[in-house]
Amino acid sequence: MNTYNLLKISLKALRKNTFRTFLTMLGIIIGVASVIAMLSIGQGSKDSIESSISELGSNLIMVFPGAQRMGGVNLGSGTSRPLEIGDVEAIEENCTLLEGVTPVAMAQAQLIAGSSNWSSSVYGAYANYFDIRALDIKSGSRFSQSDVNRAAKVCLIGTTVVEELFGEYADPVGQSIRINKVPFKIVGVLEEKGAGMRGEDQDDVVIAPFSTVQRRLLGSTTVQQIFASAKSEDVSEAATEEIEAVLMKQLRVSSADEAFNIRTMSELSNMLSSTSDTMVTLLAGVAGISLIVGGIGIMNIMFVTVTERTREIGLRMAVGAKSKNILLQFLTEAVVISITGGIIGALLGIGVSVGFGNLMGWPVTITPFSIILAFGFSTLIGMFFGWYPARKAANMIPITALRYE
Amino acid sequence: MNTVIRASNIIKTFDLGEVKVRALRGVDLEINEGDFVAILGHSGSGKSTFMNIIGCLDVPSSGEVYIDDNNVANYSRDKLATIRNKKIGFVFQSYNLLSRTTALENVELPLLYNPEVSAVERADLSKKALERVGLGDRLSHLTNQLSGGQQQRVAIARALVNEPLVILADEPTGNLDTRTSYEIMGIFQELNEAGKTIVIVTHETDIAKMCKRNIVFKDGKVIKDFMVDKPINAKEELAKMPKQEDVLV
Ligand SMILES: Nc1ncnc2c1ncn2[C@@H]1O[C@H](COP(=O)(O)OP(=O)(O)O)[C@@H](O)[C@H]1O
Ligand SMILES: [Mg+2]
Repeated sequence: MNTYNLLKISLKALRKNTFRTFLTMLGIIIGVASVIAMLSIGQGSKDSIESSISELGSNLIMVFPGAQRMGGVNLGSGTSRPLEIGDVEAIEENCTLLEGVTPVAMAQAQLIAGSSNWSSSVYGAYANYFDIRALDIKSGSRFSQSDVNRAAKVCLIGTTVVEELFGEYADPVGQSIRINKVPFKIVGVLEEKGAGMRGEDQDDVVIAPFSTVQRRLLGSTTVQQIFASAKSEDVSEAATEEIEAVLMKQLRVSSADEAFNIRTMSELSNMLSSTSDTMVTLLAGVAGISLIVGGIGIMNIMFVTVTERTREIGLRMAVGAKSKNILLQFLTEAVVISITGGIIGALLGIGVSVGFGNLMGWPVTITPFSIILAFGFSTLIGMFFGWYPARKAANMIPITALRYE
Repeated sequence: MNTVIRASNIIKTFDLGEVKVRALRGVDLEINEGDFVAILGHSGSGKSTFMNIIGCLDVPSSGEVYIDDNNVANYSRDKLATIRNKKIGFVFQSYNLLSRTTALENVELPLLYNPEVSAVERADLSKKALERVGLGDRLSHLTNQLSGGQQQRVAIARALVNEPLVILADEPTGNLDTRTSYEIMGIFQELNEAGKTIVIVTHETDIAKMCKRNIVFKDGKVIKDFMVDKPINAKEELAKMPKQEDVLV
């Protein structure tokens, strides 16, 4: 008995009970579809997290001053001082694994251009800030380190600021803008970045030389943050330790936790992707259980089929079918149900993922892996749950089967 | 004359827990090539049990069955399946056809389990077998579209198709009216004339008289075994009967 005949026999048998076959299949269809949908949505959100992290610069290391704060209350017991420009210089000198380091000064400021005004965040930094944060320039150019040295009143603005002050399609490079009443010259516009991980508008920014922001806008000498970039993602952990060591010495503290916080993008990215991995595994696991329930459905219906067709089995044996032939016949039936269910389920799963993605604006990534996984799993389930009923059929005694009422 | 089936001191006891049914109590029989045997006997006398044992569907409690001079006593399940496939053709009282399946596919069934027969040969042999039982024009009819007599003919074609050593038919006319029974017996007689060895079980003496040899079972034993003097020709008998239409009017 070749495969063609086996398939023909099982398809015929399944067609005799189309509705029952469909219901049995439904378990597998739903199982496979949900596994694929879960994996696609999970993979999609992981991909989008990863891409927004790499947009931020995946080698980025951020240093925040002070002990951990909770509700504005300083929980640290230390008497450490704020970060200063000297600390940045010390990092620059002593850390070997860094591509670059910059202090960051931040101010919330009122922007005025002509008759329009807008409130935005102004960041002051060194010229290498653009490299460290992986910021691209849409038009114009970045300011230079000599602009930083002489506290030049120049700035780059994000596209949201352009829109608010100059209109959507304007190119304001060369024009003047007043930041908290101080006139600045716009030397460049930043490439659009879209919403950040927390949904914040990353294009609603102004970037100016560090010294300018510190002196003209803040009137202070403290450094609010330090941004650095490691030479590569691999060394970002070692680079973090270097910075930590330098700062502990600078601030004369024995424990880093009291005085400052260091965050790295790879740490953040690991954290986020491990959270989403856990979620995906959990969801796919639940979906996988529904696949197993589908398999039990197949087993159940195969037992019914075998019992119903006892006389047919007896007849086949009477005309010369061996146990093996009967076993294969019923196993083929179970596998046909599960593979067909697998195919329909895969299509449905892809459809649902894409549909959901479009509807909800969720990122989805359909990987061949998830399809192969769901498909292979459903085939195995057909074999596994079909085996026992098929064996029951194959082990029947011919005369008993033939006389079955 | 070659012995096709030899049964030697067959005993079959069904153990039903509290009671033991002694269905066969020592049966010795030889079926020879070209035989056309009718097995008679009251209900419960062990006819079916005997047929099932010589057809390798069941095993005796003791005694030996030789098929074509092979003692099948210690044959494995698979080996018995092969014997059934190649040496034995069964016809059952209740036809036992696959429902919603064409006549041709039903007849093909034994060949499907014979790896030596190709798909083309299978269809060809099955068609010939159906032609032999007068159903050459019903090849692709579904079995449920056929009358009882036609269904039994399909079953006979299925029993014939693998050119078995012997055809075993357990009450093949049990579900049929007299006229159709004679038609079926006519086919058996024709096949026997062509050299087929046939064993049938029947209650009816007129059917038995159409066979060449009669064996009578009683309480699990053979009590009579004799050759029929002048077997009745089923076709002649059929010609003498009033036409079906006449009966109806
Ligand atoms: N599978 C079985 N289990 C128990 N008893 C059986 C079984 N098959 C047959 N018998 C018994 O064996 C005896 C012979 O039965 P059977 O060969 O069918 O008789 P016949 O075909 O001559 O009517 C009967 O008493 C019957 O009840
Ligand atoms: Mg009987």
